[in-house]
Amino acid sequence: MGLTKPILDVTDLCVSYGKVEALHHVSVKVQAGQIVTVIGPNGAGKTTMLGAIMGLVPRSRGEVEFLGAAQGAVEVEQMVGLGANLVPEKRELFGEMSVEDNLLLGAFMRHRLGFRDERATMELVFETFPRLKERRSQLASTLSGGERQMLAVGRALMAKPKLLMLDEPSLGLAPLIVREIFHIIAALRNTGVAILLVEQNARAALHIADYGYVLEMGEVALEGPSDELEDNPKVIESYLGLGGRH
Amino acid sequence: MDLQIALLLGQDGIVNGAIYALLALALVLVFTVTRVIFIPQGEFVAFGALTLASFQAGKAPGTLWLLVGLGALVAVIDGVTAWRTQRRHRMAHIAFWNLAYPLLTAAVVYCDSPQDWPLVLQVVGALAIVVPLGPMIYRLAYQPLAEATVLVLLIVSVAVHLTLVGLGLLFFGAEGSRTTPFSEASFALGDITVNGQTLWVLAASLVLIAVLYFFFERTLYGKALRATAINRTGAGLMGISTTMAGKLSFLLAVAIGALSGILIAPITTVYYDTGFLIGLKGFVAAIIGGMASYPVAAAGAILVGLLESFSSFWASAFKEVIVFTLIIPVLVWRSLTTRHIEEDE
Repeated sequence: MGLTKPILDVTDLCVSYGKVEALHHVSVKVQAGQIVTVIGPNGAGKTTMLGAIMGLVPRSRGEVEFLGAAQGAVEVEQMVGLGANLVPEKRELFGEMSVEDNLLLGAFMRHRLGFRDERATMELVFETFPRLKERRSQLASTLSGGERQMLAVGRALMAKPKLLMLDEPSLGLAPLIVREIFHIIAALRNTGVAILLVEQNARAALHIADYGYVLEMGEVALEGPSDELEDNPKVIESYLGLGGRH
Repeated sequence: MDLQIALLLGQDGIVNGAIYALLALALVLVFTVTRVIFIPQGEFVAFGALTLASFQAGKAPGTLWLLVGLGALVAVIDGVTAWRTQRRHRMAHIAFWNLAYPLLTAAVVYCDSPQDWPLVLQVVGALAIVVPLGPMIYRLAYQPLAEATVLVLLIVSVAVHLTLVGLGLLFFGAEGSRTTPFSEASFALGDITVNGQTLWVLAASLVLIAVLYFFFERTLYGKALRATAINRTGAGLMGISTTMAGKLSFLLAVAIGALSGILIAPITTVYYDTGFLIGLKGFVAAIIGGMASYPVAAAGAILVGLLESFSSFWASAFKEVIVFTLIIPVLVWRSLTTRHIEEDE
């Protein structure tokens, strides 16, 4: 990988739930302006890894370096304050609040830090997701699955993240909407945000990513530039199937 | 009963109901944000009223020492934590709010004579002493257990309640106090007279409810509290910390409690333990609202107030029994109409 210091540098990360070790010595790097994907089967520890990076799940060992500084026993708010935002698998929207309020709350930490640009940022989010603008005064709980995912991503973008972590953005969505979401994720790279994308939909994820990791049983089984992974027979057999490439 | 008595009882019921409504809103707020059933709410009603009464009697209120003491404890605990976790830039902030602010307040009360202050300043002074106790008590009693079950938090609430009642007796003695009314005016409204303090209570309650509504609907911090109540995980991912939300909701709840006490102090004699019963009636109203709905809780509070005043006319010995029995049909109705949701903690 390049010579510049990565935005996110995770080394030797271990997480245990009681006696069960869910992550063993995982090392992952994300460079500025990159989309890095972590693929792997259900239960491989992908969500746990994101949780441990964000400070949602306690780490039993390992280092997380974000923006060149080691993050010890971090709390979620600190990571958000530094510019790392997670779009969780369950979306975790504020269902009984309007789309607009959900977005505004995405800028909560920025507001706390003294920035007052949430309205301008919201216009940018509306440009990315025009559907959200149409639905701005609707309650989040009344949105369709695809719109909910858009709102979850839009809400995270309101924080103007330096690193955006997406946990299974395609989960439970119709194929057409998955394609739309992935288009948008690919376009986000051009705005300068680094993206760590966790996906079961390996084909779509590798297609837009620069670099990929394969996580199996809590360990990094394979890693490499994503076009190399796409051609790797093991990846094709386990994750891409026989459908061939798009 | 003739119309005049009915009107008088109605007036009484609505005034008390307004106070219960404020307390019920505070209870719903604290419960939805932190899952704490805030039993000590009533103690802050008494603390607010009795701190003001101490000022007017020319004494330094004991709550001042509680503020200094709790502040010092919080400063030590937070100071050590900040030191250990390499967040030393927080130290100045911690020292100001927990050491400098209480000592400054104490100095002002001691060097000046609060009994000569105008009433407005006395009220501000009483609030300045009592309100910061809310976040401090959250920090000391609840924050270390923020992830505990509702039952554990309830047990902590009982302990905090008993401690504060004991301190109330120590600070203010067993005698009750009344404060000077905000207004001596009285108006004839048809056959009944409405006194100025009654109107003060109603107006202040309505204004406070409007302010709360504005806070929750229009301000980012109000929305952040609602967001925490709706989805804690989601709120955490926005950088809204559970601690910040907890402290803020305790601050608001204690402010509402203390202000309620200050409002009723001229019409009822307040003793060190008066607050508990008042708080419990607010709790009945909050239960009517399912500990979740603000408007239903407020309507329930007016119902509790009216029920109380009319039963004091017909069966005064059973006044409290009737009010608290109301909770049984309410619980039956709620358990029949709402789907039970398991606590997913």
